[in-house]
Amino acid sequence: MMKDSIFETLREAIHQGDPIALATVIDGEGRGSKLLLHSDGSKSGTLGNDALDRVVTRDMSGELAAGQSGIRHYGVNGEAREESVSIFIESFAPPPQMLIFGAVDFTAALVRVAKVLGYHVTVCDARAVFATAERFPQADVVEAMWPDKLLETVGASLGVRDVVCVLTHDNKFDVPAITSALKTEVGYIGVMGSRKTHENRTLRLREAGVTEDEFQRIMSPIGLDLGARTPEETAISICAEIIALRTGRNAPNLKEADGPIHGPSSKSI
Amino acid sequence: MKEIFADIEKWKKDNKKIALARVVKVEGSGPRDPGASMAVNENGEIAGSVSGGCVEGAVVSEALEILQTGERKIVTFGYSDDEAYAVGLTCGGIIHLYIEPLDW
Repeated sequence: MMKDSIFETLREAIHQGDPIALATVIDGEGRGSKLLLHSDGSKSGTLGNDALDRVVTRDMSGELAAGQSGIRHYGVNGEAREESVSIFIESFAPPPQMLIFGAVDFTAALVRVAKVLGYHVTVCDARAVFATAERFPQADVVEAMWPDKLLETVGASLGVRDVVCVLTHDNKFDVPAITSALKTEVGYIGVMGSRKTHENRTLRLREAGVTEDEFQRIMSPIGLDLGARTPEETAISICAEIIALRTGRNAPNLKEADGPIHGPSSKSI
Repeated sequence: MKEIFADIEKWKKDNKKIALARVVKVEGSGPRDPGASMAVNENGEIAGSVSGGCVEGAVVSEALEILQTGERKIVTFGYSDDEAYAVGLTCGGIIHLYIEPLDW
C-alpha cells in the first residue's frame, strides 16, 4: 500500500480535527522539505537530517500548543543562533469550542453566529423538551443534561480559546454551570440576565463560595453594550465581546481609535 | 488551509497542476495572519486568499510562473518608497508569501 503523501496526511488530520503541525524549509538548504508532527508525537517526512528534525520538532510542539504559526531560523544541523535555514512552522489546532447552557430563543441565534466564527458548538439544557437537535440544527452537539454533569465530562478539554455562554437566567441551572466552568481553564465565561437577575445571581454565587478573583472571570451581564434587541443582535454583541476579550481591546469605534487595525492578538484562536 | 481543500481535491482529480501560496510573515498592519493560504491551478483558477484582495492578482501571476519553472520561493508584497514592490497592500503592511508547487 502506498503511504499517503504529506499533504494527504495533513488534510486527513485537519479533517478529523486532530491537532497537527507542519514545518517547511522556505529558505536555505533543502528548500521545500517538510516535516509533520502529530499530537501523539509521531512524525512524517524530514527536513533533511535527524539533528535538524529533532530541534525543529521541539519548537513545533510549542507552537502547536499555543496554536501559533511563524518563521524560525536554524543552522543546517539545527544549530541555534545560526540563520542558514529558515523554516515556517504552521499549527493546525482543532476549532475552538463554545458550550452554550440554556436551550432558549437566544441560543439558536448564538449557535448560528458561533458557527460563522468557526466554533465547535455544544448546546446543553437539563430540560430534555428544549434540548433537541431539531431546535438547533446547526449545533454540533445537543445534550439534555445538567450543566455540571456535562462540564465534568468535557471540562478538562477546555482551554483559553474556548468559551462558555450561560443563557438560562435561572439560578437553579446558572449556579452549577458557572461554578463548574470556573473549575476549568476556559478563556471566557459569559452569563445572560438583566441587571436585577445579575445582582440576585451574584448573591447566590457568593453563597456557593465564588471568590472575588473568580468573579473577575465572569462576564455578566453578557455582551458588549451595542443596544442589541433581537436574539441575532444579542448574539453579535456576545461574540464581539468574546473577540475583544481575546485581543485585549476595549472595543471602541475604530474611527475614535488610533493604531493599526490588525494588531497582534494576545491569544491565537 | 481547510477552506481550500475541497477545490484542491477537485483539481487533483482533474489532474490539474497546483501551486500553493502561504503567508509566512506579516510586518505592520496586514489583513491575514501567517498560515493564510491560497491555491492556484494551471488555468489560473484560485481558492482561498492571502490578503484582503490587494495582492491576489499578482499571486496568480507568480503561481503560474512557478508551475512552469517548478521553483519554490518567497515573494514579498508591501509598501515601499523605492517602488521596489510593484503591487502593494493599501493598508501599509508588508506580507511575505512562500509559494511552491503542490507536489508533496
